[in-house]
Amino acid sequence: MMRGGWLRAYALLYLVFLFAPILLLPLFAFNDASVIAFPLTGFTTHWFQELWTTEALHQALRNSLVIAVLNSLIATLLGVCAARATSGPAFPGKRGILGFIMLPLVLPEIVIAVSLLVVVRQVLDLQLSNVTVILAHVVISLPFSIAILNGAFANLDPAFEEAAQDLGETRWGAFRLVTLPLVFPGIISSLLICFIISLDDFVLAQFLTGANPTLPVYIYGLTRFVKSLPVIMALGTLLVALSITLLVIAEYFRRRGVARAGLKDSGGFL
Amino acid sequence: MNVQSKPPATPLIQLRGIHKHYGDYHALRGIDLEIRQGEFFSLLGPSGCGKTTLLRTIAGFEQPSSGQLVIDGKDMSGVPPNHRPTNMVFQSYAIFPHLTVAENVGFGLRRDPRPKEQRARAVAEALEMVGLGGYGNRAAHALSGGQRQRVALARALILKPKVLLLDEPLSALDKKLRENMQVELIRLQRNVGITFILVTHDQEEALVMSDRIAVMFEGAIGQMADPETLYRRPNSRRVAEFIGKMNLLPAEVGMEGNRIVVEVAGLGRGAVEPDQAPGGVIEGNSTVGIRPETLSLLFPGETTDRRVAEGVVDEVVYYGDMTYYDVRIPGVEEPLTISMKNLIGRPVLDVGTPTKVAWDERSLVVLSR
Amino acid sequence: MSIFDRSPQARTAALLSPPFLYSLLLLALPLVAIVLISFWTQTGLDFDTTFTLANYRAIFTQPQYILGNAQNWGVIPVSLFVSATVTAITVVLAYPVAYFVSFVVDPSRKSLWLFLITIPFWSSYLIRVFLWKVILGFNGVINTGLQALGVIREPLEFLLYNLASVIITMAHAYAVFAILPIYVALEKIDRSLLEASQDLGESRFSTFLRVTLPLSVPGIVGAVLIVFIPTIGDYVTPQLMLGAGGRLVANTIQTQFFKGNDAPLGAALSIVTMLMVGIISLVFLFLNRRWLRGRS
Repeated sequence: MMRGGWLRAYALLYLVFLFAPILLLPLFAFNDASVIAFPLTGFTTHWFQELWTTEALHQALRNSLVIAVLNSLIATLLGVCAARATSGPAFPGKRGILGFIMLPLVLPEIVIAVSLLVVVRQVLDLQLSNVTVILAHVVISLPFSIAILNGAFANLDPAFEEAAQDLGETRWGAFRLVTLPLVFPGIISSLLICFIISLDDFVLAQFLTGANPTLPVYIYGLTRFVKSLPVIMALGTLLVALSITLLVIAEYFRRRGVARAGLKDSGGFL
Repeated sequence: MNVQSKPPATPLIQLRGIHKHYGDYHALRGIDLEIRQGEFFSLLGPSGCGKTTLLRTIAGFEQPSSGQLVIDGKDMSGVPPNHRPTNMVFQSYAIFPHLTVAENVGFGLRRDPRPKEQRARAVAEALEMVGLGGYGNRAAHALSGGQRQRVALARALILKPKVLLLDEPLSALDKKLRENMQVELIRLQRNVGITFILVTHDQEEALVMSDRIAVMFEGAIGQMADPETLYRRPNSRRVAEFIGKMNLLPAEVGMEGNRIVVEVAGLGRGAVEPDQAPGGVIEGNSTVGIRPETLSLLFPGETTDRRVAEGVVDEVVYYGDMTYYDVRIPGVEEPLTISMKNLIGRPVLDVGTPTKVAWDERSLVVLSR
Repeated sequence: MSIFDRSPQARTAALLSPPFLYSLLLLALPLVAIVLISFWTQTGLDFDTTFTLANYRAIFTQPQYILGNAQNWGVIPVSLFVSATVTAITVVLAYPVAYFVSFVVDPSRKSLWLFLITIPFWSSYLIRVFLWKVILGFNGVINTGLQALGVIREPLEFLLYNLASVIITMAHAYAVFAILPIYVALEKIDRSLLEASQDLGESRFSTFLRVTLPLSVPGIVGAVLIVFIPTIGDYVTPQLMLGAGGRLVANTIQTQFFKGNDAPLGAALSIVTMLMVGIISLVFLFLNRRWLRGRS
């Protein structure tokens, strides 16, 4: 038996467990029956057509896309600042501040949601809207952005920028010509990951969304109606396909960044 | 050694009373020094002595807390690194991994007004100069350590700086390559005539390459001299111990008129010249130093007109070309280390062999500090 | 002269200030606000801002929150139990996978494995929970599948609408959080230590017990905390999996903010829950540190 045979079998089984629900999605999305059950009855694209014609869904999707794009831009911009500060020289309180920014990683999402709701409604007295959702999404996206970008910035030799300055560039020129190209793949990864986080988030959106629901909030509304189950399956298929596509792109850029810096790949996000 | 006559010149670099504080830490404690145009100058010292901080201060990456730095007649305070007539070879070489070799070497030419073809020619010439002709299109991260070092040199020298700063440039290379690069660097420096300032912790490297060396300890310069003076006439125990091997012996030092008289425990009494006490004389209990190669063992049948002490071989370390003996002499606290060339017909003595040690008061150094 | 011309420390501080200010405004301020509000009283749409401990008194005296009664536990102990179970299952199941990827998988394929493991995590959480509902449901995938295969005649009812289904779903959702920290800890282990152990006469298995496992403890601790803490705040899973009847603490909090319209009570519940999670985590860390010190 090959080395780690049992372990390999177990790991494969575990992968099946991880992927099983997702693999069911397309199966029932194309199944010609209004209940989600075996045996499968036949092939149809009916459920996808229904998606095409549901105006409320399109509205929710547009909402989600706008929120996700703005969120990933803001979170990545803040993430670049924080990641660059992380790799820079220490000053009193730096570790504490960074730790605090990363706090949402270990904070139950509902706590973030209710506390933001309280501030937005009671303290700031703002109307709930897409803006409040974006503000909240940046809070939870920022730690992921920082984690990804830290990897990119930590790979940099601090002497790179000094060398560029030594060779006649200004501080900004050194950043633009040396650091930015080297961390660029990390920035792309961060943008994509933050986009996915925002697009997938339900908890914060449910608490903070205004008159127009985001896509997950809309889907959640659908789950109460048994007859819309196949439609959810179709929608889920598309969403998961989109997430995986973006992930593959993000991973491609991450690896290219590793290769560009001439480093050994140590694997994976986070 | 690289002691050849240079044309006399006004100092290119002047440092006056440079101090650097990091919070409570006093990294540089009043550095005064002048470096001439065309000189190969080394900053030598153990890690943490401030030599790299001093180099980075000259480059502009650190601002001195107080003191003045003048390069080529211009005060450098507030001048950022990109506006200084210095270029640096970094310890890690800092070769930009996303650029080709040629793009690395041409990095500093971005604002050069010359047309593109001329700049490309300058890059090719710089690569030729460091022995990397034809490597221009290689990816930078595929280079070996020695090649990176050459790219770093070409990249800095192409800008024709007044001063080239080298931060431990050879420490990442293996021994053989390091020794080759030492010779190449000396040759390169003579060809381009640019002032080199080298930071190193390797005393041998400093002795081989430099016109002058400043030995630094704890943020201050302990001694500044040409290599031979530094080796033969160290001004303190610290310098003596840091550079080469030195036997340190307790001694009684006194003045008799103008003469300096030393009484070395176990060896005897002798008089030394004033230049044998470069650090000055403090009368009373003191220390004298004597290099292993200025002592010799008397093999059976050999005679000498030098002074002789009797002892017993305590330890033998065989190096191929040399043998180092530790010889215990009655009345001397620590065994004396003696290095002997392994000449034809000369035996290697065993531990326990009684032997005679020849020494000479002219090779003593008084180390009062 | 701008701040960027000053010391590198000042530059770093200046760079860090935008994200810090953001977190201060949208993380610190909200957390402070929720603490404040938990000492107030809801009056219609407004608050009575007189300081009161009534919300906390309710949580610690009324049976549905902590104390429980003869039939049912309080909602907080149940939630802690569910989270602890999910954590234990997730970490135990994840360890061999992390070990496999770190020690068995060829280095050139490690990132592929990690990538595969992370993919499900990045697909919509809501959809995944919903899928488990579909899989485990009365007329769900498992039941209809088994019926179609002739294994069972009647649907298995124990699959949905109980805590087990919540635990399965959460264990699936948080798998990645458990694998990654353990994997990182295993990767850090110097492989020559394992050779040294075998050279000193230990078998492969006892080497695992005496070297690998103790050295991977930081990863296990990380995995435990990063699963335990967020699961307590998950209300989507219980809501979908438990139906109308069962509720965990996160649902109770959510209800207070929406239907119950008692934000101060919801705030107090959040804080009590967070404190309990925090205390349990600290006790866990403390015990773990003592255990480690006892060994070295």
